[in-house]
Amino acid sequence: MDYDIVIGMEIHAELATKSKIFCSCSTEFGAEENTHACPVCLGLPGVLPVINEKVVEYAARAGLALNCEIANFSKMDRKNYFYPDLPKAYQTSQFDLPICTGGTVEIDVDGETKPIGITRIHIEEDAGKLLHESADGTLVDTNRCGVPLIEIVTEPDITSAEEAKIFAEKIRNTLEYTGVSDCKMEEGSIRFDVNLSVKPKGSDTLGTRTEMKNLNSFRALERAIQYEARRQITELKKGHPIIQETRKWDDTKGVSSSLRSKEEAHDYRYFPEPDLVPIVLTDEQIQKFRDELPELPEQKRARYIKEYNLPEYDAGVLTSSKDTARFFEETVALIDKPKAVSNWLMVEIPPHLKEAEITINELPFEPKDLAELIAMIEDGTISGKIAKKVLTEMFKGEKAPKAIVEEKGWAQMSDASELEGIIEKIVEENPKSVADIASGNEKAYGFLTGQVMKATKGQANPKLANEIIRKKVKEKIG
Amino acid sequence: MSEIITKSVKELNKALSDGELSSSEITQAFVDKIKEDDDTYEVFLTKTLDEALNEAKAFDEKGQAPRTIVDGLPYVLKDNIVTKDIRTTAASKILDNFIPPYDASVYEDLNEDGAILLGKVNMDEFAMGSSTENSAYRKTKNPWDLTRVPGGSSGGSAAAVSAHLAPFALGSDTGGSIRQPAAYTGVVGVKPTYGLVSRYGLIAFASSLDQIGTFTNTVEDAALILSRIAKNDKKDSTSFSGTYPDFIKDLEAPLTGRTIAVVPAFEEGLQDEIRDSLKEAIDVYKDLGAEIVEVDFKLLEQALSAYYMIASAEASSNLARYDGVRYGVRAQDYDGLVDMYVKTRTEGFGPEVKRRIMLGTYALSSGYYDAFYKKAMQIRTLVVNEYDKIFKKADLLLTPTTATTAFKFGERSDPIEMYLSDLYTIPANISGIPALSMPAGLDKNGLPIGLQLSGPALSEGLLFNAAHAYEKVTGNEKLER
Amino acid sequence: MKISKDEVKYVAGLARISFDEDEIDKLQSELSAVLEYADALNKVDTEGVAPTEHILPIKNVFRKDEAKESLPLEEVFKNAPDTEAGGFKVPKVIE
Repeated sequence: MDYDIVIGMEIHAELATKSKIFCSCSTEFGAEENTHACPVCLGLPGVLPVINEKVVEYAARAGLALNCEIANFSKMDRKNYFYPDLPKAYQTSQFDLPICTGGTVEIDVDGETKPIGITRIHIEEDAGKLLHESADGTLVDTNRCGVPLIEIVTEPDITSAEEAKIFAEKIRNTLEYTGVSDCKMEEGSIRFDVNLSVKPKGSDTLGTRTEMKNLNSFRALERAIQYEARRQITELKKGHPIIQETRKWDDTKGVSSSLRSKEEAHDYRYFPEPDLVPIVLTDEQIQKFRDELPELPEQKRARYIKEYNLPEYDAGVLTSSKDTARFFEETVALIDKPKAVSNWLMVEIPPHLKEAEITINELPFEPKDLAELIAMIEDGTISGKIAKKVLTEMFKGEKAPKAIVEEKGWAQMSDASELEGIIEKIVEENPKSVADIASGNEKAYGFLTGQVMKATKGQANPKLANEIIRKKVKEKIG
Repeated sequence: MSEIITKSVKELNKALSDGELSSSEITQAFVDKIKEDDDTYEVFLTKTLDEALNEAKAFDEKGQAPRTIVDGLPYVLKDNIVTKDIRTTAASKILDNFIPPYDASVYEDLNEDGAILLGKVNMDEFAMGSSTENSAYRKTKNPWDLTRVPGGSSGGSAAAVSAHLAPFALGSDTGGSIRQPAAYTGVVGVKPTYGLVSRYGLIAFASSLDQIGTFTNTVEDAALILSRIAKNDKKDSTSFSGTYPDFIKDLEAPLTGRTIAVVPAFEEGLQDEIRDSLKEAIDVYKDLGAEIVEVDFKLLEQALSAYYMIASAEASSNLARYDGVRYGVRAQDYDGLVDMYVKTRTEGFGPEVKRRIMLGTYALSSGYYDAFYKKAMQIRTLVVNEYDKIFKKADLLLTPTTATTAFKFGERSDPIEMYLSDLYTIPANISGIPALSMPAGLDKNGLPIGLQLSGPALSEGLLFNAAHAYEKVTGNEKLER
Repeated sequence: MKISKDEVKYVAGLARISFDEDEIDKLQSELSAVLEYADALNKVDTEGVAPTEHILPIKNVFRKDEAKESLPLEEVFKNAPDTEAGGFKVPKVIE
């Protein structure tokens, strides 16, 4: 029997605010443990929360970018449970009136467009971090307590690991583009939860689902789904029931295992947060957020194809990252050669980035330098081959391309009178080749060109050299 | 000496301004009184007497007139108001060793105003109770009769002002915790409009009901002190952000043309002398030119039920943070994380706190939210509507503060009987309106009686006006001992 | 409305408080009495009545997104029952 896979996702993304959701502690990643803590985020007796205005703005912007309805009225609620990473023993979240509802995201799967429904997006606070480095206990770091999050909940519209990955990438790009989250996977600022069940192909009845939490890479997401779907199908084929549970994905071993429920029953006792007041957004405010929304990936892609005449593939690659797109646009603004800029960004630069283990944002040179490099190829100062060598030098981050070419003496010999002298001499010294040409053997031109390149250490402008050789040979032959 | 401690805040401020008394003399008088009487009344949980005397000396050395009504004058705080570097316990064992690293906004304001803290005073644990018997530390006595309770939960604050251990005190009122002890101890107790005084640094019992207020010997003192602490606070999202009314301007205004509502049904079940006091007060107001109108107040008992649901539910969540991880007393012996939580909380909380946490947890647990919490919040809306109706007909509402005068220690052991002692005070918390209790004579045992005035939101000025007029007619002298 | 003994135990578990059998009996009757009294609530028709969200008509109270100094570490840990290596220490958590 064949099975359908049914997947719903919950995506937690940390918002790119400077301060926490309810207090002014910094959200910066990587600080010493418990140095971003204050009475409010430590949940000391008597403290009260005041919501960060950027959190509301970012959540609304995320909602708009994902085609959601933005609520005119929403409120915060308390979700009560005990855990050492949760100082107040409740998470301030949104229960029945989230800020965004009912969106759609279209993904491209095998050339087809597929809509994935967004059920809701709500605002909540992150919990702290548990460190398991003590011999006889667990240590709590509260730096992350109160870092603002949005949770994006999808409809169970995803049907494969590949779709899940494409969807997750799309969400990440969108959040990154809108400036709502920096989406740094390695810092855990975007995490994926997967609810998965399987059912006999075509059946209307959903199977029992399991949940996998905190998958923090696209690879882990894809593999965890593949594994879990296979596991469930195998169990069902053996006649075993699927147990509704939370499972932990071990990315190193490539297996998932059952996780004991941390709260005996999920009785979170939600109720409206009495310490916070309702969030009311007028239609005008929502429209303003909409107007301020930056160009989103698919809009940008369409524009690249139309405005820059780029192939669809190039447009797709360049817009897949906000930073690559920015670099591209800034370079093209300086040199109107979109396809050449695209080639450099897509083909030549990525291997260097990989080797240096840096991102496009950390490039040691700027768009104007890339523009300068391309301009030198265009005006014949250097060849494409030399340009690649120049790029390697540019990655050292010390000199601009022109300076590199000058210092290394890599400029092509494009001075006709200088070349004429050299060529005249070579033609004189190779009467056999001239004779060969005279008798119709055009191949001998190649030999002469080779001699010129040898004499100029490869710096002769090949086009110009060729013209002069032909001229000089013809003079000789008469 | 005794002259000093019976003076009102206004009189002390004048004596300071005129150079008749120094801050040191005033502070010393209260320090002496505390040293003499605190063992008897059992009011203080933490004393800061030496620091207070030093501050008084510093004030005198500056040689300047007081900048504010409280500048250079001593006072006490209920022990659920957080004070940086000064132990704050909320009268709970679970916070026995808690030294806050920050200040409550009201304390910060009073510090800036130059007020001098004498110490932190007793209360029912986490403000849950009506007699201060639920303190984990001491049994504060009613200064009028040591066999009786001072009321609660702000029993320490009430007793301190009543016994002249401090010229004024701050407390908190969630269901009557300022007004009921004020009535039991013969002082003026004010619960302002919800949101008027910042709750930042008030250890939460029930967030949507808690409000900080004052204990004073006179109505005018209450108006003067509330004027200092009522202000918008950016750290409290529920803080009132509109224009704050002037509470003093109309203190002496005539009451002619004012309408005061009374609820005849409330007279049922009252102690005889309280009923008599209420009737006398009605006559006083008539003589002062006010018109008395009779109104209905339905939902009194429902308001009480709704209150216990809402307060307990919010408390169960507010008190979940006492888990022995970041502060407070952790149990000594435990086996694993959950056991650490359970032992810490089981050993750290007293029986009443546990009872309310249980009730609140139950009210919020799955399957019961609609029947209890949501229903209670709907009743709350109806109580708000009920008040709206009354205040369309009248400017103020006059009721008893309590049905009886102070009861004896251990006399009320049944939770419901205890809860009923808040019957008349709770509706003001449910609807967020201001209310005060003013002394209104003594019963046959010589125990103080309190009457309550309440009005629409932000009507504190009018409440003070009416209470001050009553106080001027009836005088305070019969409460002197 | 009467609360069962099992419910008392379940709620105690949620609240992280333990009671001995006598206390559970006592709580069962006390809570039942309070809940019975609370039945007064059910006598009121609240059909169509909006629950009070907030007692004051306040909305949109926000903070500017500005990062400020946090507490010094010694203040963070001043009241901590147990700490180790810059962290609050709790019994081993098994995930």
